[in-house]
Amino acid sequence: MSGLTYETVARFAQQGGTVFFGLMFLGGLIYALWPRHRQAFQRLAHLPLEHDEAPDV
Amino acid sequence: MSEIKASFLPVTEKRPSLNEPVGSMTQAIARSDDAPFDAIALYIFTGLSALAALVATALTKDPSFRFHGWIMLAAFLAAFLTMSVGLGSGRFRSDSTRYADGVIRAGVIATMFWAFAGLSAGVLIASQLSWPRIFYFPDLAWLNFGRLRPLHTSAVIFAFGGNALIATSFYVVQRTCRARLAGGAWPWFVFWGYQLFIVLAATGYMAGITQSREYAEPEWYVDLWLTIVWVAYLLIFLGTIWKRKEPHIYVANWFYLAFIVTIAILHLINNAAVPIGLLESKSYSAFSGVQDALVQWWYGHNAVGFFLTAGFLGMMYYFVPKRVDRPVYSYRLSIVHFWSLIFIYIWAGPHHLHYTALPQWAQTLGMTFSIMLWMPSWGGMINGLMTLSGAWDKLRTDPVVRMMVVAIAFYGMSTFEGPLMSIREVNALSHYTDWTIGHVHSGALGWVGFISFGAIYCMVPWLWKKTGLYSDRLVEWHFWIATTGILLYIAAMWVSGIMEGLMWREYTPQGYLANSFVETVSAKHIENIIRTVGGLMYLSGALIMIYNLWRTIRMPSVVQTSPGLVASPALLAAE
Repeated sequence: MSGLTYETVARFAQQGGTVFFGLMFLGGLIYALWPRHRQAFQRLAHLPLEHDEAPDV
Repeated sequence: MSEIKASFLPVTEKRPSLNEPVGSMTQAIARSDDAPFDAIALYIFTGLSALAALVATALTKDPSFRFHGWIMLAAFLAAFLTMSVGLGSGRFRSDSTRYADGVIRAGVIATMFWAFAGLSAGVLIASQLSWPRIFYFPDLAWLNFGRLRPLHTSAVIFAFGGNALIATSFYVVQRTCRARLAGGAWPWFVFWGYQLFIVLAATGYMAGITQSREYAEPEWYVDLWLTIVWVAYLLIFLGTIWKRKEPHIYVANWFYLAFIVTIAILHLINNAAVPIGLLESKSYSAFSGVQDALVQWWYGHNAVGFFLTAGFLGMMYYFVPKRVDRPVYSYRLSIVHFWSLIFIYIWAGPHHLHYTALPQWAQTLGMTFSIMLWMPSWGGMINGLMTLSGAWDKLRTDPVVRMMVVAIAFYGMSTFEGPLMSIREVNALSHYTDWTIGHVHSGALGWVGFISFGAIYCMVPWLWKKTGLYSDRLVEWHFWIATTGILLYIAAMWVSGIMEGLMWREYTPQGYLANSFVETVSAKHIENIIRTVGGLMYLSGALIMIYNLWRTIRMPSVVQTSPGLVASPALLAAE
């Protein structure tokens, strides 16, 4: 375990974390901006205006 | 509270349904009075909790712990007895063809009750600062400013805000998933368990039981209780999403879920502590020194980011489009708003620790991320405001819409002010002054308060099946009195905050501090009075609202023919 120092763990967490979070955010952004989702989003923007009477069973 | 409890048990009287659905769920309902598994599990859990509270109360030598032991024992016994009666009568069966709205109605009442309590405490401590000769009670230690100040903070954030969030999240998740709440009787456990947490926290502050962490004063056993309640809340929310009939998870649910999950994580880490004994109230933090400070403000600022922002944005994304009957301005922007907000907020905490032992790079990181928050905050504000496109006339004609729009405007204003104050050089002037207090209140009274009031004004006629509110004119009165109150409050705090910040840093030519501390306090006297008046006006607005809602609930209900919409006689009788 001599290789597992504070510095190596911290570097892994800091750099790996930055890359991981950056990619996740990029994924969210691509999902939001993907042209084919436009129609689904237009429907979803109306979602609060429906379905307030009873659940679907 | 026991009358409320009795009248807000789930209502399950049978009525013929026009489109009786087929399937196993219906058979479960039809199978008469068998108590469902979830209710039996809750019954056993309540009984075991009562037993544990009894043993702990009997054995402890710590009077503070025993005091809270009695409260817990009384609560668990009351719940156990109520369930003993309710189980036999078949009240705990849940009808999957209807939304579970009883627990939301109870949540609305609790929200308004705690709004009154929390705002009153605020007016009292503001009066103590304005007129210390009159409102200082040397014989009543538990009404000291030092104990009432955290009580006010927690009552407003967690009791008022928390109940508003739980109630609206239950409302929104059912409607946008087109499914009844999961967990059967357990939403009621979340409701009552959360009220018990509030009572334990509030009585603890007044009795001097505190671990003295900002926004997290309750001691270890109260924290454990909240953990149980919160996990149940998370499971109910996830369970409802799991059985949704709408394939997509609507953006408001993303915000609510981020609020629930993040608060769970923050709560567990910030409250990591070692009690001095299992029957003792006192505990010590697992962290020490600057790490402890950083954990506290990582928690503290994300309580702002995820409790006071993300959760209420969930409210905004449902109730604003619903009320103005217009779609969300840009659903795409709402997704970008969500992801950028949660990725950035979590890093902003260190700006509370400028010029401390926290490393300079960590302070700069907190400040940088705080400034970056301008973008998602204003993106969200624009998205909320522009949802009124094509319905701007409602701003003039519907006071509830105006209230929510002003809430969004305050959201924009306080999320502009916050990043500004997080800049190290600005913070050097603003930190520890009334400017911070004013900033917090423009967010809490303007954004959190108004968006919650707006949502409740929307929900009450829907939940109690009324044609509308009792009086729109009273909403107008509420709106104008409360808005003027907020403006008085924050303007006074800007003046007094910047003044005292400048006085603290003023030197004489010889290099001594020019002002003693007490001189800076007496210089704020007029501003303190203006603040008290502002708070009193905000409280008056809330009282008008309580009266208006009470009259609304007493109005005759709309009787509709479609199943699931029929007004329930048992609930009408509840008043």
